[in-house]
Amino acid sequence: MLKFLKLTGLCLSVLMMSSAVSAAELGIGRTATPAEIKIWDIDVRPDGQGLPEGRGTVEEGEEIFSEKCASCHGEFGEGNGRWPVLAGGSDTLTSEDPVKTIGSYWPYLSTAFDYIKRAMPFGEAQTLTSNETYAILAYLLYLNDLMEDDGELTRENFTSFKLPNEGSFVEDQRPDAQPSNLNDLCMSDCKTEVKITKRARALDVTPDKSD
Amino acid sequence: MSSLGRRGFLKGGAAALGGGLLASTSTGSVASAAGSSEIKVEDWNQSLGDPVVYNAYGVPSEFEAHVQRRNVEWLTVTQESSVSFTPLHELDGFTTPNGLCFERHHGGVAQIDPGAHRLMINGLVEKPLIFTMEDLMRFPRTNRFAFLECAANSGMEWRGAQLNGCQFTHGMIHCVQYTGVSLRTLLNEAGLKTNAKWLMPEGADSAGMNRSIPMEKALDDCIVAFKMNGEALRPEQGYPLRLVVPGWEGNMWVKWLRRIEVGDQPWHTREESSKYTDLMEDGSARRFTWIMDAKSVITNPSPQAPLKTKGHNILSGLAWSGRGKVKRVDVTLDGGKNWQQAELAGPVLDKCLTRFYLPFNWNGNPMLVQSRCIDETGYVQPTKDELRKVRGLNSIYHNNGIQTWHVRENGEAENVEIS
Repeated sequence: MLKFLKLTGLCLSVLMMSSAVSAAELGIGRTATPAEIKIWDIDVRPDGQGLPEGRGTVEEGEEIFSEKCASCHGEFGEGNGRWPVLAGGSDTLTSEDPVKTIGSYWPYLSTAFDYIKRAMPFGEAQTLTSNETYAILAYLLYLNDLMEDDGELTRENFTSFKLPNEGSFVEDQRPDAQPSNLNDLCMSDCKTEVKITKRARALDVTPDKSD
Repeated sequence: MSSLGRRGFLKGGAAALGGGLLASTSTGSVASAAGSSEIKVEDWNQSLGDPVVYNAYGVPSEFEAHVQRRNVEWLTVTQESSVSFTPLHELDGFTTPNGLCFERHHGGVAQIDPGAHRLMINGLVEKPLIFTMEDLMRFPRTNRFAFLECAANSGMEWRGAQLNGCQFTHGMIHCVQYTGVSLRTLLNEAGLKTNAKWLMPEGADSAGMNRSIPMEKALDDCIVAFKMNGEALRPEQGYPLRLVVPGWEGNMWVKWLRRIEVGDQPWHTREESSKYTDLMEDGSARRFTWIMDAKSVITNPSPQAPLKTKGHNILSGLAWSGRGKVKRVDVTLDGGKNWQQAELAGPVLDKCLTRFYLPFNWNGNPMLVQSRCIDETGYVQPTKDELRKVRGLNSIYHNNGIQTWHVRENGEAENVEIS
């Protein structure tokens, strides 16, 4: 009996040890230094966390935009060809052709800073300085009638700029478009007549095999 | 389109070997007297074939050269920030070969030296860490299959039938087995602070892709993966490291994963605010629409895979749900007048593609074929019109409506919508 208890106790302690192994740190990897984190940690949040020191004016932004952005986005953010439009689009969200700009759709200004700094110009990512990024964004605010032509965007005044469409975002509403009762799913004689209402052939936009 | 169908028909006939011949003969249509020219001793029956390691890394038969990822050039302004589509109509079973998995890049394919690659975890952790690839492979390992679907899959079909082929309408999906380290294990190694509620994975590509993921999901079933279908990730799938977020939209599965920041609130990145938000008819927009709802598509017959022969045929397709397992697939051949349950063939796994079959007899009359998926939560795949009624026409994302193919008398199929 005593032996049994001892064995049980041993088993328990082994079990506890093995579960401890899966929950505890394994000592793999090394500590990231603050200097190393700073090199990669460029993300910016709506509350301003991550914004670097810096500033830029609409006037400076216009010059930088013309040099580094306008070849795709157009001098006034109107978009060359099919490249993204960056200005305007107000009152288009319920139309057949919604134009989604920071003025018409984007909820937060920080999103644009984060994106421009990490991914623009296309193919030359992370080449813009913080000041250049502030200046480009000041110019974009101006193009969207959200800043005067003598305005300046800085780390300090950044979070005071609210984008007009922030309040239009809602959380996920799904599951939606569901039958009220699964048992209502019809399996036979569900319709008497079926008509074709739309055809892909009418558009003829599918690439051919030789494309 | 008819030339595509015609070529597909000819190629398929040549590759079908004896099966096609027998079927044709049995219906009494063609080639009953041509047997002698088809049954003979071929060259490959007499001379030696290629030696071993002729292809040190094997490739498909030259007769399968038409099985390719395809793009739709007019969709995007550049081909570096673009998409290619999985040829679903050429595949069977529930897994996708690595080289045929659809691609979606935002700044081209990064070519990364795994020796130089690092994964950093920083933010609200006790100990910010840096891992090498060798470090990651010393952690306890996990394997699982999962489908990955782009939230914009079928997005071109919101306003009506547009593209002729399930490759184009439904091909932004693949399903492979992943090997990697549970994200929970890595976060545990760094030690989460009590206010840690969100993660931001970030890619090492020139788009620096970043998304916000709630902690509950991160600790549930996410994986930091280095292998797919047993071999290293392909460069276009994020070599050497990607995030796996089972059941959730593909954009969150950050490729070329280099960093995970832990925070107390979401970042509202470009890809979760200006993109991948669902614009409703009233101008409001749903955000954080992560789950991929239940969906299905008939892959054969379909516009790129016409019916060739009357008589007994196999209708085949794929079904899936980001909420769990597929429970049932219903198929109609007459535009929804009558439905029957298809056979779920092969393993039915959580958040995976599931293959279904329905044997049927084709008498040469036109058909309107559809499939409808029901998942284990009881979610029923809706019609496209039911979705439009709730969401309007500008949603772009999360179109999981029922697909209709119109199969004509000649066996060719077209993407249509019906009343």
